[in-house]
Amino acid sequence: MPPETAEPRRAIVVRGLEKRYADVHAVRGIDFEVRAGEVFGFLGPNGAGKSTTISILCTLASPTAGSATVAGHDVVRERDDVRRNIGLVFQETTLDDYLTAHRNLVFHGELYGVPKAVLGERIEQVMTMVGLWDRRDSVVATFSGGMKRRLEIARGLVHAPNVLFLDEPTIGLDPQTRSSIWAYIRELRARHQITVFLTTHYMDEAENCDRIAIIDAGRIVAEGAPESLKAAVGKDRVQVRTADDDVAIVALKEKLGVDARVHDGAITFAVASGEEFVPRLFAELPIAIRSVSVARPSLDDVFLSFTGTTMRDAAARPGEARARR
Amino acid sequence: MSAVAPREPRDSSRPVVVVPRVPSASLASDLRAIKVVWHRELLRFVKDRPRLIAGLAQPVLYLFVMGTGLSAMVPSTSGVPFRTFLFPGVLCMAILFSCFFSAGSLVWDRELGFMREMMVAPVRRGAILLGKCLGGTTVGTIQGMILMVIGAIGGVPMSLELVVTIFLELLVICFAITAFGLALAAHVRSIQAFMALMQMVLLPMFFASGALYPLSGLPAWLEVLTRLDPLSYAVAPLRHAVLGASGKAALAPMVTWGSFVVPIWLDLVVIAAYALVALAVARRRFAREDA
Ligand SMILES: Nc1ncnc2c1ncn2[C@@H]1O[C@H](COP(=O)(O)OP(=O)(O)O)[C@@H](O)[C@H]1O
Ligand SMILES: [Mg+2]
Repeated sequence: MPPETAEPRRAIVVRGLEKRYADVHAVRGIDFEVRAGEVFGFLGPNGAGKSTTISILCTLASPTAGSATVAGHDVVRERDDVRRNIGLVFQETTLDDYLTAHRNLVFHGELYGVPKAVLGERIEQVMTMVGLWDRRDSVVATFSGGMKRRLEIARGLVHAPNVLFLDEPTIGLDPQTRSSIWAYIRELRARHQITVFLTTHYMDEAENCDRIAIIDAGRIVAEGAPESLKAAVGKDRVQVRTADDDVAIVALKEKLGVDARVHDGAITFAVASGEEFVPRLFAELPIAIRSVSVARPSLDDVFLSFTGTTMRDAAARPGEARARR
Repeated sequence: MSAVAPREPRDSSRPVVVVPRVPSASLASDLRAIKVVWHRELLRFVKDRPRLIAGLAQPVLYLFVMGTGLSAMVPSTSGVPFRTFLFPGVLCMAILFSCFFSAGSLVWDRELGFMREMMVAPVRRGAILLGKCLGGTTVGTIQGMILMVIGAIGGVPMSLELVVTIFLELLVICFAITAFGLALAAHVRSIQAFMALMQMVLLPMFFASGALYPLSGLPAWLEVLTRLDPLSYAVAPLRHAVLGASGKAALAPMVTWGSFVVPIWLDLVVIAAYALVALAVARRRFAREDA
């Protein structure tokens, strides 16, 4: 065991990282740190630069500027050392469909040089963890999307990495598989002290992380524990449906001094104390109110307060156009 | 909070968690990677029945249909029945397709995403390429040897010496052709592009190689082309060996450079040199590519 130090060990350190493709500035100078043993989430809409960042951290792409270390090794100068210490589950499937599940993992273990004496047992462990040991001899082509994802997570763990990277691990999966994948992630942290770096564009999932960074158009706009980020927003979100939204928005501005916009089909605005605001709403609005909802700040509000747009609207716009701005 | 977290009670039905260590990079890790990639190529070949059948159907067709049809017109070439003369050429065609197909797996793997699984592993890109090249060599040689059996059934004279010679020559030739294919595969992005490139390269290579006719008395421009074609240096040794089994080795058409007759060993050196250049070209492209 390494001696306890005052400062927590850092699994990932990123400084001024940039990545330019020919016509896209995908990552525009980001800085962050991930502590050893934590689950760190990268939250952002499509095209924000999440996968690009993972590629650089996993030595698969070289940064245009800046530097990064993973597990104490520089991602440019010490590629092999980084690679030996990480596991990676890509956004797209990277299994060999023609081989069996077990074969895929044996291939991985041998490629990483896991000693023969422990490989068999290790594979049984990780496949059991994701509930696929019984299906080990099935050809991967017969697996559902969720099973493939679970198998890939197991594969990423075969060589016992210190840091596990998961790029959108739950994208396109049914709710049940999503929650079981989160159960594995929690188990990894609790039992194996693995650092997990994951990306997602699901707000509700980011809540499960110890800390998150919110990334938009290649820049980190906020970073911290989900709870403290939400607390920092400090305002409740009020959504109102009315008979005439345009009239209501003008009235909100003139009578109540609130800037409101239509998001997701309802008039949306933020106020310090939502419950206390609702009675004034009914007293002052000149038109019929159909429904009102008040919500504690969510990560979407965090995103909104830093970028001026909701995640959903940000994703609807083409990523490239935004990144080029 | 207590300073020491209580340990989880050990569940006796579950073994202690095995935590392997990944060894650091070394020659051993490169050799291991070569072996693992090679092994996968073999597994994929063994599971791919259609490929094996298609890979043999075409040469069988050439040998029995074309060989039989043409031998009515050309009763004997270089002092042996036309089918025997044609056999080394057909052998060459079979391994040409097989090895190019193997090389195409580089593109396939990229399209299916599996390439990234290999690229993020702590192994050198060169080791991945070499593994693929040896995989193509093995598969090509196996198909070539199966064709030898078919040839024997078709009446091509055989001997132990011939089988051993062909086997050794096939190892070199298949390695070179796969390397050639890999050099192309490393430069294309899609499997369609690779197929198109293969069409453009493969048939001219085959027709200019002397697989179907002797390389003498050709017009000057074609003669230059045939001498540049790496496959010419593959056909000559194979045919020399096959005619040798009929005691007609002296009649086997050889590659000539002007008045210099290229000996068999030099054919193999030339083809090995082609292989090394091709591998270097493939590696150059493959090594600097972002995954
Ligand atoms: N290989 C590439 N070449 C050119 N542009 C790229 C490449 N990879 C990603 N991009 C662009 O970089 C931006 C960020 O992409 P990405 O990192 O995949 O975002 P995310 O994973 O957050 O959805 C996008 O605009 C994308 O089109
Ligand atoms: Mg992505």
